Amino acid sequence: MAAILKTEGIVMKFEGLTAINNLNIEIQEHQIYGLIGPNGAGKTTAFNVITGFLTPTEGKVYFRGEDITGLKPNKITKKGIGRTFQNIKLFPEMSVIENVMTGFHIHRKFSFFEAMFRLPRFFKDENKMYHEGMELLDLVGLTEFAHDQAGSLPYGHQRKLEIARALATHPTMLLLDEPAAGMNPQESSELMDLIRKLRDEMNLTILLIEHDMKVVMGICEWIKVLDHGEEIAEGTPEEIRNNPRVIEAYLGEARKVA
Amino acid sequence: MIDKKRIRNWILTSVSIVFLFLLLAYLNKHASSYVIQILNVTAIYIILTVSYNLINGITGQFSLEPNAFVAIGAYTAALLTMTPQEKAMTFIIQPCISPLNHISIPFLPAILTGGVVTAILAFLMGIPVFRVRGDYLAIVTLGFGEIVRVFATNLIPLTNGALGLKGLRQYTNIWWTWGTAVVVVFFIVGLVNSSYGRAMKAIREDEAAAQAMGINVFWHKMLAFVVAAFFEGVGGGLLAHLLTTIDPRLFTFFLTFNLLIMIVAGGLGSTTGAIIGAILFAWGSELLRWMEEPHVIFGLHTPGIPGMRMVTFSVLLILLMIFARNGIMGRKEFSWDGLFSFINRKVLRRA
Ligand SMILES: Nc1ncnc2c1ncn2[C@@H]1O[C@H](COP(=O)(O)OP(=O)(O)O)[C@@H](O)[C@H]1O
Ligand SMILES: [Mg+2]
Repeated sequence: MAAILKTEGIVMKFEGLTAINNLNIEIQEHQIYGLIGPNGAGKTTAFNVITGFLTPTEGKVYFRGEDITGLKPNKITKKGIGRTFQNIKLFPEMSVIENVMTGFHIHRKFSFFEAMFRLPRFFKDENKMYHEGMELLDLVGLTEFAHDQAGSLPYGHQRKLEIARALATHPTMLLLDEPAAGMNPQESSELMDLIRKLRDEMNLTILLIEHDMKVVMGICEWIKVLDHGEEIAEGTPEEIRNNPRVIEAYLGEARKVA
Repeated sequence: MIDKKRIRNWILTSVSIVFLFLLLAYLNKHASSYVIQILNVTAIYIILTVSYNLINGITGQFSLEPNAFVAIGAYTAALLTMTPQEKAMTFIIQPCISPLNHISIPFLPAILTGGVVTAILAFLMGIPVFRVRGDYLAIVTLGFGEIVRVFATNLIPLTNGALGLKGLRQYTNIWWTWGTAVVVVFFIVGLVNSSYGRAMKAIREDEAAAQAMGINVFWHKMLAFVVAAFFEGVGGGLLAHLLTTIDPRLFTFFLTFNLLIMIVAGGLGSTTGAIIGAILFAWGSELLRWMEEPHVIFGLHTPGIPGMRMVTFSVLLILLMIFARNGIMGRKEFSWDGLFSFINRKVLRRA
């Protein structure tokens, strides 16, 4: 098995603050990999570095062996890394199906001239985007909301829509930033099924940030724990659950490790 | 099912356009030249608002470019259609520069060239502006408008300075203005309803999320800006050959301000709204022009107050921004499907 994503000695400093200090991640193809840690540990910052929204102060990011450090976010998406956002970032005034179709834009098969002149290829490809978009909505269970405004959906649905939209870019690796936040227990159990399905049926590799320990322990095969930007542990869910340093890190914060 | 609807909508649209042109043919024959002039101005406003809305409303990049771009389109087209003799007669302070002084081309290539020149300038302006995030576009386009005005006033061998270009042939007629308006609306609606339009709206709604969708934000802002510039330039060429006289005072910031009122009143981000805004403004300002003149109404003398139009429009804009920020249409668009479901709902409710 080859590592699909690898970071080497990532350091991310914001003026005085070191948000991440020496992060080394190695994710195998088809793995479901968890990144956990208390609030402010640097998890989202790690996502932003991997997806090109931040250029690390030091260190490298490799995707399929290729150095992608400092590439623009849109370039990284095109390489096959999709992501969702912790603070939901939908296109709120566009419809649910339009949100998903936006993800297909990089795979369009017509030029803007063909769109302006409404040539056959434009209609054909738009039709295809619509149908594939509806399939993705079906996958995440949002078919009935296809023509509603994205911003009007309840919180849990918005998170699912973000996943569907990310899938539309045809990623091989998906980064999910707290996808279960704001979901009720039934929704988060459906989410676990969905994530497994994405891995098993769509052959995706998943990197997951999540606070809901039931979800993390339930689906992750490998977990890395961050605290104050430092790696404090990694291992299987079993090992992490019983790691004294992890328990200690979480103790200040609501004792989330079950 | 979808294809059947598409064919129905296509037929309805075609019939409506045929009907529009029959109506225009009738008016062209029977209406006063005053009414025909307002019809022409209406169509040019539609060309300008629909283009302006593409960058400002659809892509969400606040820009103040129209007066500059319309001016460039107008001057370019006018300089190209004028014959060498006309140029020799017009440029009385300093002669027109070579090779323009002996070039003369037909109307259609002239206005298209006006569009292309404007689009190229927009592209060059877009390179530095769209590289950085933030609202630089408004400042740069506003500044560019001033530069164009200063050039138009002082670059006498090219623009004939404050005297402007006079005695242009009145090539523009109701067929040119409305024909172009229909084509521009057709093109821009096609673009907006395509994947490109969704990418532009995505940039407006959340730039970071648009990037995460793999969208090249720079190029899509550029695309919207350049397409808008092209059609604004073409609109300028039409305007020049409608008025037959152009000078720098025609292209002050007021032109941009008026267009801004139109698209905000119609609903920023809605092409339908841009069209409605253009129609209301063109006819509304004629109504207000009448009010600026002194009248005797039922024995009462009303004094004409010059400048009332601008005051009224400014007050209207302020009221709109406070009480009806979404304008008439919001971001909704007219569609045949929408119209039928609206009628259905009304009929069903009554039944
Ligand atoms: N763009 C930024 N500018 C400055 N500080 C930031 C920025 N992004 C994150 N931080 C800081 O970095 C630290 C880690 O944040 P974050 O990665 O969001 O944590 P987590 O996702 O683990 O809760 C926090 O102290 C946060 O305030
Ligand atoms: Mg976070």
